[in-house]
Amino acid sequence: MAIELNGKTYETDEEGYLADLSQWDEEVANHMASEDDCELGDEHWEVINFLREYYEEYQIAPAVRILTKAIGKKMGKDKGNSKYLYSLFPYGPAKQACKYGGLPKPTGCV
Amino acid sequence: MPTVKKMMYVNRRAPHGTGYALEGLEVVLIGTAFEQEVCMAFIGDGVYQIMQGQDTRAAGMKNFSPTYKALGDYDVTRLYVEQESLSERGLSVDDLMPLTYEDEDDDWAEKPSVQVIVRKELSQIMAAQDVLFNF
Repeated sequence: MAIELNGKTYETDEEGYLADLSQWDEEVANHMASEDDCELGDEHWEVINFLREYYEEYQIAPAVRILTKAIGKKMGKDKGNSKYLYSLFPYGPAKQACKYGGLPKPTGCV
Repeated sequence: MPTVKKMMYVNRRAPHGTGYALEGLEVVLIGTAFEQEVCMAFIGDGVYQIMQGQDTRAAGMKNFSPTYKALGDYDVTRLYVEQESLSERGLSVDDLMPLTYEDEDDDWAEKPSVQVIVRKELSQIMAAQDVLFNF
């Protein structure tokens, strides 16, 4: 599978995650979100950028409960809770934000 | 109430060349979702898995060693390393990554996860487990 956008081809796996992390850019993130009827605002980007930094450091995408805990530690309890994160990413904060961030599916989401 | 079991993941192989180390690490991370009492042991060539300064570019493989640093976030806070295995390979604790966790019960103080222990002590800890997984 692949996404065609502005003359570029982004290879994806069968669930729509980018096959090549280095191909990621903000345009493809916005495109993936619009396909899910989701418009990415600053609060979405805060989570996506956090996940990308986490991946850069640990080479994995964290499971949702790890993400929630880590966001809480960095940005405060009003953001580090499931209700807030699910309001931003109703399909599952870790999975959906990882997908838009060009990362693989989270490790440990059962 | 479901009972919590003591589980130890025993890592015996070098990190690359086979899939055991990476697959085993993923099993540990995924398995933490079930909130059991989990620890890991590194014996034999398994000690190479948590060595510092790994560079896998020439081997054409992903360097997943930074992922061991995430174990603390996943509440895997006891990583036993067998002293004899280090010595036999000319290694010491300084050759290993300084892996840590934050202790929730102690105001999130950062503490070391790696514990170097002798074979006899490790065998006692093994004997106290409910389940052993070998990778």
